[in-house]
Amino acid sequence: MGKFYEGTNTFRFTWDQVAQAFWARYPNPYSQHVLSEDVFHRYIEDGKLYTKRLLQKTNRLPKWGEKIIGASCRSVFVVEESVVDPKNKIVTTYTRNVGMTSVMVVEEKCVYRPSKENLRWTAIVRQAWVSSSVFGFRRAIQAFGVERFKQNASKAFRGYQYVLEHMFQSGIQQETGTALFVDKDRLRERAKQATKFAKSKTVPIVAQCATNGQ
Amino acid sequence: MVVINMNSIGEECNKLKHEYDTCFNKWFAEKFLKGESNDECVSLFKKYQDCVKKAIEAQKIDLWELEKDVLGTEQEQKPNPKKRSDGKT
Repeated sequence: MGKFYEGTNTFRFTWDQVAQAFWARYPNPYSQHVLSEDVFHRYIEDGKLYTKRLLQKTNRLPKWGEKIIGASCRSVFVVEESVVDPKNKIVTTYTRNVGMTSVMVVEEKCVYRPSKENLRWTAIVRQAWVSSSVFGFRRAIQAFGVERFKQNASKAFRGYQYVLEHMFQSGIQQETGTALFVDKDRLRERAKQATKFAKSKTVPIVAQCATNGQ
Repeated sequence: MVVINMNSIGEECNKLKHEYDTCFNKWFAEKFLKGESNDECVSLFKKYQDCVKKAIEAQKIDLWELEKDVLGTEQEQKPNPKKRSDGKT
């Protein structure tokens, strides 16, 4: 059955703002593990937007994990399905890894709605499932998977928060002086670093995957 | 508003992706969230898709795995998997 994890995050931004930032949340200073992002399927039905995105992420394993899994790729592909319902103000997402599923499957469902505490805020309910079917190492892999999921979820939240602040609070910063420009430069610099990082990692990953016949 | 685009899986698709993303983000904020659901970025999307589909194929990803629907289907995981009496799952 695997491990189950549930948590809630709240952004002090409106649902409309959070929905807009959903599409612009990469890159950010906390998303260096996200190498690429592509929409590969999208349509509108009954006023709802249905999207599938492919994300390529790094897949750092502990030493013992590399020993067990051996011929593993250093990056993993993740499919993110989403439905945006502007009328009822709900964003629902479902994320799962493709490839490496014989080792570990991580699935996550998130529901974004206006917070009950304050309708100007947005609450995200996050549910995740981590499972492995590797004989003899199932529990160790699952425990590792849950820990990494928590770390990545925390990074995802901080990164999202960062993007929201830059998209919707720049006006406030502008009033106080040159902060906006400083931040713009800093953000550009970080994006450059992320790109550089992505490029530097992508080549060996692809090469490694190819030699492993995957 | 500062928007920096994320890279595509295929470097050759970056320009098309960024053009589409720019169109989409504007449309999403100004039209879609306000209840207008006429997609205005269709032609840019098509150009970007022609490129990205080839780039995905080059990665040898199982297309069936990629395309299948999970959200909104029976295949979604359920909130609380049954726990064994010793608390282990």
